[in-house]
Amino acid sequence: MIPLFISALDSALRQPAGIAPFLISFVAPANGEMAPVATPFFFYLLSGLAVAGGLLVITRHNPVHCALALIVTLIAVAHLYLMLYAPFVAGVQIIVYAGGIMVLFLFVIMLVNIERASKDRRFNRIWPVGLAAACALMGLFVSAFVKSRALFPDRMIKLPEASNTQEIATALYGEAGRMGQYTFAFEIASLLLLVAILGAVIMTKKRI
Amino acid sequence: MVPITTFHYLVVAAALFVLGVIGVLTRRNVVIVLMSIELILNAVSLNLVAFSRMWGNLYGQVFAVFIVVDAAAEAAVGLGILIAFFRNKETINIDEIDLLKW
Repeated sequence: MIPLFISALDSALRQPAGIAPFLISFVAPANGEMAPVATPFFFYLLSGLAVAGGLLVITRHNPVHCALALIVTLIAVAHLYLMLYAPFVAGVQIIVYAGGIMVLFLFVIMLVNIERASKDRRFNRIWPVGLAAACALMGLFVSAFVKSRALFPDRMIKLPEASNTQEIATALYGEAGRMGQYTFAFEIASLLLLVAILGAVIMTKKRI
Repeated sequence: MVPITTFHYLVVAAALFVLGVIGVLTRRNVVIVLMSIELILNAVSLNLVAFSRMWGNLYGQVFAVFIVVDAAAEAAVGLGILIAFFRNKETINIDEIDLLKW
């Protein structure tokens, strides 16, 4: 393995243009357009990470460990968004979810985490019922997916990546003085956030 | 190797969704129940982005952004309720939160 690598490196260094074109030739074809590299490998790696993180979230004892596992899941899902040509959503996922919401969770864990809770039972009294219901849901998913496999076409349309943020902004804000398709929903979302802020402050304050 | 299609992403999202449902239904700690709800929301928005790629338009991605907004609002209100409850009852166990049970 290592001699093979050394000989490859040697032959690369002997090339007149140096090592950079050799390395780039791994990731980009000659015509200059970046092609997806090893998509199945990264898909299975990232989805495995996401599912493993989810498993840790629902099985760990310590809430802080659960939060860290959830961050792993969120970042893996963000990279899956990148593989789906959605760089803006991936960035929002990392900044808002992993950076904002998870910090909120960790703060609350620090505020309410009592020693007794970490020595308690993890699962509630009726956990077999919950597990059975979740298994029924999984059976529903499996049967629906098996039956409707033909409904999902195998094509994967390549979306333009460079103008992704601009097009999302156009849908949200509109352009040239016209309202976008989702401008109203966007304003409603801001109102929702305002109400959520007020609710959180009012419920957390000792006396208003 | 099989090329990765929309179907693969749907299967991953379904797995995350079921894991979140198991967490909501079986865990006792309210904080972890809220984290499981975040897992469920993530599964849904992964579905939306995968469909956005399948149809070649951006509506799914716009909806994924709205889901992030929704998750932020839900986490803020949920954790606020949790802190208010902890101040009154000194517990964060689902089993002991039964004030409305008659």
